Amino acid sequence: MKFGVVVFPGSNCEQDCFNVLTDVVKQDAVYLWHRDTDLQGVDCVVLPGGCSDGDYLRSGAIARFSPIMKSVTAFAKDGGLVLGICNGFQILLEAGLLPGAMLRNRGLRFICKFVQVRVERTDTPFTNRFQRGQVIRLPIAHNEGNYMVEPRELKLIKQRNQALFRYCDADGQLTPGSNPNGSIDAIAGLSNAAGNVMGLMPHPERASEPELGSVDGRLLFESMIQTLSERGRSRQRRAAHVSVN
Amino acid sequence: MSQSTKDSLGNLSEAQLRKVARSHNLTDESWKRIVKTLGRLPTLTEVGMFGVMYSEHCSYASSKIYLKTFPTKGKHVLVPAGKENAGLVDIGNGLAVAFKVESHNHPSAVEPHAGAATGVGGIIRDIFTMGARPVALFDSLRFGRLNGHRRTRFLFEGVVKGISDYGNSVGVPTVGGEIYFDDTYRGNPLVNVMCIGVVAPEKIARGAAKGIGNPVLYVGSSTGRDGLGGASFASRDLSEESAADRPAVQIGDPFTEKCLIEATLEALATGDVVGIQDMGAAGLTCSTAETASRGRTGMEIDVALVPRREQSMTPYEVMLSESQERMLLIVKKGREAAITKLFAKWGLHAVVIGRVTDDGLVRIKDGGAVAAEIPAGALTHDAPVYRRPTKKPRYLAKVQQLALRAISQPKDYGRALTQLLASPSIADKAVVYERYDHMVQTGTLVLPGRADAAVLRLRGADRLLASTIDGNGTYCYLDPYEGGKLVVAEAARNLACVGAKPLAVTDCLNFGNPEDPEIMWQFKECVRGISEACRAFGTPVTGGNVSLYNESPSGAIDPTPVIGMIGLLEPGKAPLTAGFKDDGDVILLLGETREELGGSEYLKLIHRRKQGKPPKLSLAREKALHQVMLAAVRQGWVKSAHDCSEGGLAVTLAECALMEGEQLLGAECGLSGLLSAAVRRPDALLFGESAGRIVVTCEPYQQERIEELARRKQVSCLRLGRVGGSRLSLKPWIDESIDDLNRAWRSLANQLGGV
Repeated sequence: MKFGVVVFPGSNCEQDCFNVLTDVVKQDAVYLWHRDTDLQGVDCVVLPGGCSDGDYLRSGAIARFSPIMKSVTAFAKDGGLVLGICNGFQILLEAGLLPGAMLRNRGLRFICKFVQVRVERTDTPFTNRFQRGQVIRLPIAHNEGNYMVEPRELKLIKQRNQALFRYCDADGQLTPGSNPNGSIDAIAGLSNAAGNVMGLMPHPERASEPELGSVDGRLLFESMIQTLSERGRSRQRRAAHVSVN
Repeated sequence: MSQSTKDSLGNLSEAQLRKVARSHNLTDESWKRIVKTLGRLPTLTEVGMFGVMYSEHCSYASSKIYLKTFPTKGKHVLVPAGKENAGLVDIGNGLAVAFKVESHNHPSAVEPHAGAATGVGGIIRDIFTMGARPVALFDSLRFGRLNGHRRTRFLFEGVVKGISDYGNSVGVPTVGGEIYFDDTYRGNPLVNVMCIGVVAPEKIARGAAKGIGNPVLYVGSSTGRDGLGGASFASRDLSEESAADRPAVQIGDPFTEKCLIEATLEALATGDVVGIQDMGAAGLTCSTAETASRGRTGMEIDVALVPRREQSMTPYEVMLSESQERMLLIVKKGREAAITKLFAKWGLHAVVIGRVTDDGLVRIKDGGAVAAEIPAGALTHDAPVYRRPTKKPRYLAKVQQLALRAISQPKDYGRALTQLLASPSIADKAVVYERYDHMVQTGTLVLPGRADAAVLRLRGADRLLASTIDGNGTYCYLDPYEGGKLVVAEAARNLACVGAKPLAVTDCLNFGNPEDPEIMWQFKECVRGISEACRAFGTPVTGGNVSLYNESPSGAIDPTPVIGMIGLLEPGKAPLTAGFKDDGDVILLLGETREELGGSEYLKLIHRRKQGKPPKLSLAREKALHQVMLAAVRQGWVKSAHDCSEGGLAVTLAECALMEGEQLLGAECGLSGLLSAAVRRPDALLFGESAGRIVVTCEPYQQERIEELARRKQVSCLRLGRVGGSRLSLKPWIDESIDDLNRAWRSLANQLGGV
């Protein structure tokens, strides 16, 4: 599979994502410059963490106007897999590809530490390699990760099961103490209604190698690879079907 | 240049110019030399340029003769100390490590957020200027007592937030550091930042302007009036009026820095860049003079071409501005357009402002007019060097007296331990390091708070890099020479505790006013101690920074040299951490305990005394200890290691129980056997800070092997007890629940309360 990692000025997790994609889960990957519009035929787009455009104005508020975002939006509308991690999540919100917004963390401080999150669904392109209810360890590192959405939209999110990951304690319980940033409904990872776009505040790329203390993040990348290869096979089958006819 | 050339502020009389010179801290002697060198009166711009270049901060006038005594050579050292922007050490696998520590004390004292942030930005630029990608940051911070002056909390919060805002945005992990609280730093906090970068030796960039006619490019942010004369500001004592110097503090923009890192590394990769220097202290003045001086060339620039953010700036202001995130590049003739385009891609200015010349002069033009014309060497290697008088301080004899008889034993040793664990200098610093992104770049193999040193994985290297930053102002105050040695020894010991062999050192020497002979004596003695220890450990000093005039109305700070040290783990070895690992493991103490309470945190906190002599250090024994440690690690016999430092053995054992994070494992130790004719006091045994000691744990069957190893090197090795349970029992004096100790140790967040 071919992954495209978008580089905005101020991105700082693009190499970490690239390294995990190429060295750990052994996929092809290319960097996509934010001023370009060509997605170079990638199967999946990753918007990495960092402080695109300095986080000035609002995290992601400027990056969403980068030329590449038009292509990413079209790609997403067409069903393409898009993963936004941390600042990438914020950009997806600003771009309107996901509902809601990010506030500053409750406590108004940057937080970098390992947290536990619970896997809420396993029938999605991003979570099919996890167990339902599985508690995994991933690091967070953000200043604005306090997810907020209006009540009507939250109701829809719940109805459609769009929250794929929630902050929890070691036993999988949602407690005030286990929610590091004050996110509404303890949401750590959120997909769109169609299920092909996900934003995730924690960093799976920082938890994909044993020497970094957790390999739970790797399952997320492997889930996406599995999804993409199944799609590829079904496309091939469809193509074969068409040619026979 | 003709005598009649008009400076943009108009012609000033000699008397007026001399007055300006004095306001730039230029001595009468310097003035005479300047006039002689130029063969005429200097222009205002020239006075400013000489002023900043001759400032202590840029010229190392008072410290130079002592810095020369440091051991600087070693087979791994690729660049001699002081010749480039940072030290450079070969680590094999075709990789080199660039590293350096620098202070930003004065700016942080008046504007803590911006001061600390630009300290981070400045040291990062020193590293990527060498062509190295910055991979890690460390901070060594010192403030007054937290529950003392109110302003201390403001300074603390500002500094931590400044480091957090800048470091997190720029994408370089802050992986380690130290924070101490002592009233000596109340009016003058210390903010020392170390950066480590990685570069292939053949790609090292140089700071020399070579190739006559090559274009000189200004890249990065535009120039404003911020940081005007910052280097001069940093070369004065802080006073009540220092707040008025706020314009001398620069304002940083981490976003521009991040873009500048990427653009610069891309530009260097093209091979079109001949020389490069960041614009740090003394901005354009320093970067033009130093690159020309190193290249044995000259340089002509036109300040009218410099991108600006403020209107009607004079050449004087442009040359002295310390606006951040700017670099000077000398590129191959004909390649300027390509390089300009590359910087434009990252949204950065890149403007040809001049060229390399062959006349040895730094010529500053403002459009048609010449504003300054100075031999490059006169600004750099011909800067004044002082052999300032030194005198053994009067206070020493008095403070070194410590009548132990007058010190009462605590009624409750457990309570004393709890108090020590909760004291801000010793307490867990999670509330600070969790505000720093310490994981970006995915190289941090040991998380902060888990071991005595940070351990990094470097792409392409088969060995892990360990690094630490250490200082102890109290020891150096009580005995500068011994203190200097002790600080280096602790750094090397910290590396040994993660299983690394030390390689090289960078140092930041924070002292008071060098014009005071007693301060200069402290400086001289600390340098002597550091030199001797660095020779013993085979760790050359590859560079660093001197910060003098650290004084406030309440007096000079304690002499505080800070040592940054890097080392390498054995190939294939995982890093060792400090926390207890498994129930039943045996606890051993390597190294000798003596009856030493001088300079201890215990004496400071419980008895309110900063007295006595610091612990004795035998460099030979310390080295033997490290050899035992590393040999045991090589054999895989050790499961955890933690050095005994502030708070002594009891605090070390408590930390071992608490540092593993999720799991808290107690210990049962019998310590009465440690009492002897030489160590009669239980408080000295529990809280004394005898140097050269490490607490290690191992499987029971490995105990004899480690003992045998220690015996061969004549290093004392005592079995203290076993890991296990939910209490820390140090019989017969202490028996506390681990949860209680943990609460005390993690109480810093509560103590900071409203911050």
